[in-house]
Amino acid sequence: MSPEKLDLLQGTLDLMVLQTLAVMGSMHGYGIARRIEQVSADEVLLNQGTIYASLVRLEQRGWIDSSWGVSGNNRKAKFYSITEAGKRKLAVDAAYWGRLTGVMDRVLGMDTDAGKEPA
Amino acid sequence: MSAIRVSTARRGMGRFFAFFRGRAMDRELEAEMAAHLGMAIDENMERGMTAVEARRQALLRFGGVDQAKNRHREARGLMSLEILMQDLKYTVRTLFRDPGFTIVAVLILGLGIGANVAVFSVVNTLMLRPLPFANAQELVWIAPPPTKCGLSCATYSTDAYDEFRVGTRSYQDVTGYFAFSSSGNLALKKGDVPIAATSIDVIANFFDVLGVQPAMGRLFRAEDGRNGASPVIVLTDAWWRRQFNADKGIIGKSFDMNGQQTTVIGVLPPNFDFGAVFSPGAKVDAITPLNLYGPPRDWGNIITFIGRMKPGVTLAQARWEAAAVAPRMCWNNKYPDSCGQYKDAVVPVPLKEWVSGRLRNALSLLWGAVGMIMLIACVNLSNLLLARAAARSKEFAMRGALGASRGRIVRQLLTESLILSGGGAVVGLMLASLMLWWLAHQGAIALPLLNTLRIDGAALGWTVLIAVGAALLFGIVPGLRMAGGSLFETLKNSGAGSGQSRKQERVRSVLVVVEVALACMLLVGAGLLLRSFLHVLNVDLGFQADRAAAVKVEYDDSAKTEEASEAKRANQFQQILARVGAIPGVEAVGMTDYLPLTGNRAWGTPFPKGVKRPDKLPTGPLVYVVTPGYLRAMGTGLRGRDFTWADGPKSQPVVMINKAYANFLANYAHWPNNDAAGQLLTANGGADLRVVGVADDVHEENTEGEAGWQIYYPATQASPSGAQLVVRTTLPPATLASSVMRTLRDLNPNQPNAEFRPIKRLVEHANSGRQFFMMLVGAFAGLGLLLAALGIYGLISYSVTRRTQEIGIRMALGASGRRVLVDVMGGTMRLAVWGIALGTATSLALTRIIQSMLFETPPWDVSTYVAVVFVLFVAAAVSGYIPAFRASRLDAMVALRTD
Repeated sequence: MSPEKLDLLQGTLDLMVLQTLAVMGSMHGYGIARRIEQVSADEVLLNQGTIYASLVRLEQRGWIDSSWGVSGNNRKAKFYSITEAGKRKLAVDAAYWGRLTGVMDRVLGMDTDAGKEPA
Repeated sequence: MSAIRVSTARRGMGRFFAFFRGRAMDRELEAEMAAHLGMAIDENMERGMTAVEARRQALLRFGGVDQAKNRHREARGLMSLEILMQDLKYTVRTLFRDPGFTIVAVLILGLGIGANVAVFSVVNTLMLRPLPFANAQELVWIAPPPTKCGLSCATYSTDAYDEFRVGTRSYQDVTGYFAFSSSGNLALKKGDVPIAATSIDVIANFFDVLGVQPAMGRLFRAEDGRNGASPVIVLTDAWWRRQFNADKGIIGKSFDMNGQQTTVIGVLPPNFDFGAVFSPGAKVDAITPLNLYGPPRDWGNIITFIGRMKPGVTLAQARWEAAAVAPRMCWNNKYPDSCGQYKDAVVPVPLKEWVSGRLRNALSLLWGAVGMIMLIACVNLSNLLLARAAARSKEFAMRGALGASRGRIVRQLLTESLILSGGGAVVGLMLASLMLWWLAHQGAIALPLLNTLRIDGAALGWTVLIAVGAALLFGIVPGLRMAGGSLFETLKNSGAGSGQSRKQERVRSVLVVVEVALACMLLVGAGLLLRSFLHVLNVDLGFQADRAAAVKVEYDDSAKTEEASEAKRANQFQQILARVGAIPGVEAVGMTDYLPLTGNRAWGTPFPKGVKRPDKLPTGPLVYVVTPGYLRAMGTGLRGRDFTWADGPKSQPVVMINKAYANFLANYAHWPNNDAAGQLLTANGGADLRVVGVADDVHEENTEGEAGWQIYYPATQASPSGAQLVVRTTLPPATLASSVMRTLRDLNPNQPNAEFRPIKRLVEHANSGRQFFMMLVGAFAGLGLLLAALGIYGLISYSVTRRTQEIGIRMALGASGRRVLVDVMGGTMRLAVWGIALGTATSLALTRIIQSMLFETPPWDVSTYVAVVFVLFVAAAVSGYIPAFRASRLDAMVALRTD
């Protein structure tokens, strides 16, 4: 794997999964993983296996539901979909994430001499 | 808020169920992951990869199947619980592989925990748990502060009772019982032979105040204690079962008791034991109502007070009010000058305090002793685990290398400790229940409430607490040591002979020193208590308890006049003494109404005739109404003459007094040589009493305090309250029991089959509390010594094993076996010296704690300390000698070849 790939911050994967399900509707684990990889243009370091820990966590919190179904190429797979609670959670977390990235942008965008009083 | 709580609860539930559905969830996950990989492979192949390459890439992208499973489990469930289950399984397996270690460890812990739980139950019963009455915290015992004049100064008259009851507002009600009942005072006649039993007279509201409900029938009503009431009786559960075969239809039946048809109106519940609360070690069979308005009116101080405070009334208020009412209370309303004599002598104390307060010191000591046992057990376990851990260090290093975190290994070790202490707790609970069962059935020990001893919820809680505490205590040191070492070091080292294990041996040496010190303290405590006990046994009680026995004698002195009654009684007593005295093997006989160490009473203070009484006289000597020969039968020395049958109703009233009272009186009188014998005294009533003899001081209330004052009246001149026939024999008294009883029954067919009580038993009963504590502390000290010896043995043999090669080399270089032996023993003794020094110093620093329990023994008693040091040295030497001897017999060649 190329060393430049991003390590996922704690909790970000959960948010990505929720967003993916909110946009794409019902999906199986492989589909979610692939989708995240595609959207991130292979920039994140995602061991696809870790998605399942995230899924079980979200399901236990009641933010997603699951049921067994059959995939496009006729494989039995477990399909996940977002719940109402999950949508609310997504809204809250997305807003939080937006604020945080905004702040991070501003902080990191400071000029080296921004702290100085204008002469 | 609530939404969060709901989701938290839901998550918790999900995790909880996930734990139980673990396997199903694992299977589901596997299916899911298989599907995932399948889809990935399909996609890769569509892109043109070979099947093998497609699979490789799919797995690569998936990243560790097992890792994903673990994360899944971690995310979904109570990981710790699963780990715990794993650890438990693993631990049980390892423990089974080493049964010797497991058994020793569980036994050591079992002994420690058992002793602790048993003592906790005793403490809980005596000190922590409320008395077995409803709202027991409201109950108070009302009595004067302790005095020297026995029960007569600890009780009140019926007039005083009435005044107190009417005059106070702090109490819901006040009750009491007749304090002078002697054992065997009830003769139940069911067949030919009357059966002796013991009953206590109580004021009719007694059970109402205590809040006791009958198991059957009813308890007393006010009218049961009035003049002319038909005689009724309430049976204790035990007597009802023993004597009346648990007859369910007994209520309303009448029996001949003391010559009166008495109706059984009720049976008490099994948990009511009068003796256990009010008179430890005594057996009370039945309760009868006291007629406050009959003859007892003029009997003086006869009643003890028990009050139930109103809810919300504080002890201070009750005290204050009692002090205010006391001056108005009269000894007898007929004598106005007897009013006010109870001033400052009416003090309520919580009933619980009265029952068990004086045991607080002893119980704390006992608790301390078992605490030390527990510490020693923990130290021993720590040592065992350290030795084991050393042997297992490679196992742990290997597990570490395979990915177990340090925390996980510590956790594993703690699980092991917990399992061991859990096993110990089970063994301990069994030991404790055995011990408590035994104690609860020791009716003769003069300690209160023992009958209610049992393992209850609190004791179970205590067991768990101790077990967990112990597991942490003995598991933490080895756990940290194990996990603390560097993996690399451990794997590299062969264990034995390395720096690591030498350091560990130092830790273990410190532990053994602590152990020896604790054992030393326990032994010092036990030794001091033993010395005290021996001193108590050596106290000159003023009578010879060996080869004497007493039996309660029934007589009939009913007559029209007091004089006729005295003559009738004298006649019967004389006959009894003559006949029993003639039995072969009987050395001396006599009668008294109270035996020493049982009941007593006082009748005022006779004073030298013609000498002005001081205003403030201490209340007088304890009164014994005796026949000629009594002092000789008891083995009490006498100067002057004994009573004779010639000292009759018509002759000069005579008394004998004891030395202490004679000395007191001599301070006021001007007697030649200060000798009371032959002098005249004036009784409180004004009559003249001739002192015919001065008797040795008798310990009448306890074996440990000072002997008080005694006065003896002849049974031919004063009225005894019952008769105890004392028989001194040349043979063991029990061998004469049947012939004495036959003679008594010959003379009086109404003589109940009373118990033939060795006088020695009275003394033993008086000493039973001290003996009880001494035996317990002694047993604990023995246990501590054993454990400490085990610890020394374990350490030394471990160290010898570890140094096998070294010893082999030294022997190959010419060291003799003797030399090796001396070396190893030297190491052992060094430990012992340190331990003993530490233990002795700590004991000396803690003398204060044990001081109050000692009798004529200083807490720094040199001989005790010398003996303890000697015992510990011997124990250390023995436990060190075994491994030392083994070391000295090592074959150098064999030793060098071992790893």
